[in-house]
Amino acid sequence: MLRNFLNKVKPHFEEGGKLHAFQSVFDGMETFLFVPNTTARTGVSIHDSIDSKRIMSVVVLALLPALFFGMYNIGYQNYQAAGVDASFFEMFGYGLLVMLPKIIVSYGVGLGIEFIVAQWKKEEIQEGYLVTGLLIPMIVPVGCPLWMLALAVAFSVIFAKEIYGGTGMNIFNPALIARAFLFFAYPTSMSGDKVWVASESFFGLGNNLTVDAMTKATPLGEAAAGIASKTEFTDLVVGLIPGSIGETSVIAIAIGAAILLLTRIASWKTMSMVFLGGALAGFLFNVIGLENNAVAEMPWWNHLAAGGFCFGAVFMATDPVTSCRTEQGKYIYGFIIGALAITIRVLNPGYPEGMMLAILFMNMFAPAIDYCFVQSNINKRLRRMKTNA
Amino acid sequence: MYFCKEFYEFGNGIFNLVEPLFLVSTAILPPLSWCCQKKIYIISLMDNLYKIKKGLDLNLQGVAAQEVSVVAPSNVYALMPADFHGITPKMVVKEGEEVQVGSALFVDKATEQIKFCSPISGKVKAVVRGERRRILRVEVESDGKMQRVQLVKAGFQPATREEALQLLLNSGLFAFFRQRPYDVVACPTDLPKAVFVSTFSKMPLAADFSFIVKGQEADFKSGIALLEKLAKVYVGISPEQINTPILPLDSAQVSVFSGPNPAGNVGVHINRVSPVNKGEIVWTVGPEVVVMMGRLLRQGMVDFTRRIAVAGSEVENPAYLDTVIGAPLKDVLAGKLKKSTSNQRIINGNPLVGEKTDLEGYLSAMVTEVCVLPEGDDVNELFGWAMPRLDQFSTNRSYFSWLLGSKKSYAPDCRIKGGERHMIMSGEYDRVFPMDIYAGYLVKAIITGDIDRQEQLGIYEVAPEDFAVAEFVDSSKLELQRIVREGLDILRKENA
Repeated sequence: MLRNFLNKVKPHFEEGGKLHAFQSVFDGMETFLFVPNTTARTGVSIHDSIDSKRIMSVVVLALLPALFFGMYNIGYQNYQAAGVDASFFEMFGYGLLVMLPKIIVSYGVGLGIEFIVAQWKKEEIQEGYLVTGLLIPMIVPVGCPLWMLALAVAFSVIFAKEIYGGTGMNIFNPALIARAFLFFAYPTSMSGDKVWVASESFFGLGNNLTVDAMTKATPLGEAAAGIASKTEFTDLVVGLIPGSIGETSVIAIAIGAAILLLTRIASWKTMSMVFLGGALAGFLFNVIGLENNAVAEMPWWNHLAAGGFCFGAVFMATDPVTSCRTEQGKYIYGFIIGALAITIRVLNPGYPEGMMLAILFMNMFAPAIDYCFVQSNINKRLRRMKTNA
Repeated sequence: MYFCKEFYEFGNGIFNLVEPLFLVSTAILPPLSWCCQKKIYIISLMDNLYKIKKGLDLNLQGVAAQEVSVVAPSNVYALMPADFHGITPKMVVKEGEEVQVGSALFVDKATEQIKFCSPISGKVKAVVRGERRRILRVEVESDGKMQRVQLVKAGFQPATREEALQLLLNSGLFAFFRQRPYDVVACPTDLPKAVFVSTFSKMPLAADFSFIVKGQEADFKSGIALLEKLAKVYVGISPEQINTPILPLDSAQVSVFSGPNPAGNVGVHINRVSPVNKGEIVWTVGPEVVVMMGRLLRQGMVDFTRRIAVAGSEVENPAYLDTVIGAPLKDVLAGKLKKSTSNQRIINGNPLVGEKTDLEGYLSAMVTEVCVLPEGDDVNELFGWAMPRLDQFSTNRSYFSWLLGSKKSYAPDCRIKGGERHMIMSGEYDRVFPMDIYAGYLVKAIITGDIDRQEQLGIYEVAPEDFAVAEFVDSSKLELQRIVREGLDILRKENA
């Protein structure tokens, strides 16, 4: 029935139809509903059932535990700051109400731009933004206003993705570019101690908080300010602490990691090496110890559990497009990200969180790492030719 | 004295113990030594054992059973120049002219040495042309007699390379040689560094050469001996073929390749044994053509009869049959198609490298199987990308084929099941591409038209078919074989 309806309206969207300007949208909806039944013209007659829709939806699925936990944590932080008791559902419901507009804005702005570009370039809509669009609201503090979010999304989709040619061609991870944009353009809304707790009530849920009540620092923020953090390792793992929305719970992220690794959509090489690099760097700083540097003294296991380290390692570093494409390169790429993230945290007091910059930095160097391995293959071929000649 | 007796009894006991063993061992020694000799031969093969790890075996429904039937002779046969990639045909016969098996129908325009011969005797019915007068096929109407041109006397043994080459050119069998680089019909004036033959294919539904060759092993061996006259011959076999009568091959170097598809691809063998460098040329030829060469030497006449597999989930009782190349597919498939209301796809070749055709088509000169699969263009799968899809195969673990075991067979249709995207996932191709080449980088170099980089990354070593499995698993649905084919063609033009 649905199929018949689509068939009926389809001509309007084709070349010369009344609604041709929305052809990419229609096409996107049609392929979303029905698997396209176009068959192979050349090459292999049969194809694997996998497509990028499936891959992206698995990544979205892997993000959901962290997202739901983040929603609950929004409520938890609000009610705790207000000193009011509330049930799980009230907290979660409040978080949902705070989070939903952010997700809608992110998808609305991002997909809007994607639709326009797809129509303009006469391409199919690419699914990549389904992941990016969920990632962006999850890696910003809850206090980030919607208009900023919209601006950041527009900036990253246009300047980090579309100008390179769309999903698969970008150099930098678009979600992180959005965060970096906010971080440098509006530093006061992205860090400090006033942004981690939602401070307005919605539809009777949540509490309006005073400025004092909503002042809460993340463990890393505290450490960077020179205060030895009192947050326990178990708190960091469970995640009922202030922080960017999706990044606080190691457990929720671990569920996502398990999904990604089991389906082999994320590379275990990259992921494990990020943790190894981070652990090693953290351990070294523990051993060396820097004077008047509380971050260096933070135990290395806390480093791995704190801030956006886990979230970045699982969902950002493993982005196949912006990470190394050679299998050997993935080890190096991951290791340096981990080590660099901790190093930035420790050595640069201006940036309490090093993960974002570490990943963006290595995005830039990923092709250089790949180059070394590809070049060695090329050289081997050249040598073979010379010995034969 | 007492001690002596003890000692004697002890010795006797030992002897009694050992004696039966000795008797047994002399009894089994001769067969053992025979086995040893056999074993030594196998072990010497094992020196050349290449274990291919990367790749993917597909378990499709409708594998041909090992039974042979004979197709009744058809009325019209056709030879298609497009099957011989890389040549421009020049007609040497006119419509209405009488031809025999082995008379040239057309030659290649460049050298005019490579003859493309009629598979049957009869009258040239039509030269069918397409756009810009390109020859699509030459149809020959059979007289039902199969009269063959006597090229040499039966049992002929060429003494020199020149004689061997001339015989192959005259018989039309040279047209079946392909060369690396470019994967085009070989040029007779070249001096290749080697000739490679792969005696097995791991492609899904592909014909099993071990079965095809049954009863023709001697022809296969003399065919290989003929190839020896042209260049050094390397034969790649599968581990299952070690104890079969196609061995031993005295003159050729035999290597064993184990592992999943595309372990049977001759390109993989070349890459492992003796990779093609820039400026070098390697010839390849299918084992079924080697059998024809042996037949040619034995009879002095060429015979284009070929045993092919008719397979696929839409075929009733898939099995082998003996036919002649260029046979019309409606006769080859007569009474074999399952009755179905939806569309069926007929493939000249196997589902991974074969070409889509239809019932009006003819059996391609290069294939050893014809497959029929459901087309699938009438399937509307709601939210397919989000469904478990237990009956569809995927290498990706977000579907569940990996939990259902490798024994489960599938009957896929021909849908692409997704839109074409830029290359997003990394390492997808590498997992199924068993050559020392960065497949993804090479494909990108071809797409961007960077010829220097294509050379550096090893384009001279590959053929489109080597990318078939990668194209199957690709989540970005890029047409890899077409991309590589076009890249090779452009490169050949540039280097000419």
